[in-house]
Amino acid sequence: MIQLEGVNKHFGHLHVLKDINLTVKSGEKLVVIGPSGSGKSTLIRCMNLLEKPSSGKVTVDGVDITAHKALVAKVRQSVAMVFQQFNLYPHKTVLENLTLAPMLIKKVPQAEAVKAGLAYLDRVGLKEKANVYPSQLSGGQQQRVAIARALAMRPKIMLFDEPTSALDPEMIQEVLDVMVDLAHEGITMVVVTHEMGFAKTVADRVIFMDDGLIVEENSPQRFFENPTHERTKSFLSRILR
Amino acid sequence: MVGPFAWFKWEALFRDWTVFAEGFKTTIMVAVLSLALALILGIVFGVLGTSQLKLAKLVSRVYVEFIQNTPLVIQVYFLYHGLPHMDVMIPVFAVGVLGVGVYHGAYIAEVVRAGIDSIHKGQMEAALSQGFSFWGAMRHVILPQASRIVLPPLTNQAVNLIKNTSVLAMVAGGDLMYRADSWSSDNLYYGPAYVAIGLLYLLLCLPLATLTRRLEGKTGVSS
Repeated sequence: MIQLEGVNKHFGHLHVLKDINLTVKSGEKLVVIGPSGSGKSTLIRCMNLLEKPSSGKVTVDGVDITAHKALVAKVRQSVAMVFQQFNLYPHKTVLENLTLAPMLIKKVPQAEAVKAGLAYLDRVGLKEKANVYPSQLSGGQQQRVAIARALAMRPKIMLFDEPTSALDPEMIQEVLDVMVDLAHEGITMVVVTHEMGFAKTVADRVIFMDDGLIVEENSPQRFFENPTHERTKSFLSRILR
Repeated sequence: MVGPFAWFKWEALFRDWTVFAEGFKTTIMVAVLSLALALILGIVFGVLGTSQLKLAKLVSRVYVEFIQNTPLVIQVYFLYHGLPHMDVMIPVFAVGVLGVGVYHGAYIAEVVRAGIDSIHKGQMEAALSQGFSFWGAMRHVILPQASRIVLPPLTNQAVNLIKNTSVLAMVAGGDLMYRADSWSSDNLYYGPAYVAIGLLYLLLCLPLATLTRRLEGKTGVSS
């Protein structure tokens, strides 16, 4: 579904991704963990080309998006992203946040987009908030709306870039619940997170990144019980207390 | 000794009121059309100024710096006196619209650029990640948000633009300033002529300036 081949990314003289090779299978739930600055956000942002690799090839759903610039926008329609800072459109109501892109990009008729939008809001438990503005919601609610907005495009792939890192602790669970619920469907998910509990319950595979490299990848069970690399061990010992 | 504001001079002015009415009409028309042009140029070059593309940024920079740092009068003289030498003849009304529009377009471009820059970059990323094109994201996500921030300085620009249409007087443009000039140079009744048109400019600008202040209050810019 997603294939990265020899991907490098430089920011000035910082080498943030070092020759990354990674394949995400259709329906797979991949969790990416690692210390901050390890390149995991850059990695996931390369998957929809929000970050342009300095070299290497990114193939999404059969399209080489590093070679075919004209197809990037088209591919992005089926690759939804949920951001750390939610990035809801503040000038639109919650429902309009969900219907904007489907109506303008996929040309879904308004009545249909509204109906679908309300259904997705219902799914994240926020149907009654359809007509308020994002600023009137808590962080957890905003992120649930952001997930609903992502779903409204009926994506094949969902990318989560630290979706709970900006949330107050008491709001993390409501967002994770929605994500766990999503994971039970066939959708392909790539999740950058520090939520180890989520990784354990949901992931098909966990990769650990450090210093621009994929240091270790394994099934969650093996990964957490039996990490092989020193760096993975020390990271896990610091984060799992 | 007859004072500069002697009553008979006012009588002459009211007798010839159509002269001033014509000028007022021309001034309003030039102002409206050049404002439309300035807005289009301002938005296009303002957006280009925020672009990641170096060339687009450069083009925007050159336009803004060149226009902002040369006098409006010279720009208008170029259109009026210079272009005919290159066999480009444009009517004086169009000189006004073009000259004032291009001039204020450069200022509005800066206003628009600052407005866009003030929108968190996550907004553009969210829109792009949904499949919007750059211009689609601008139109539906970024500009609607930027417009709230940009509106007060924009109406301020409109006020300046209206006043600057008076540059047309220097190229016989038939605007309010020109009519007052030519009318009073015939009869030397400068006093009433300039006071009257001053009030007419005030009539156009004051409501806009008031609007600016009110908008600033709303967006919390001034507080």
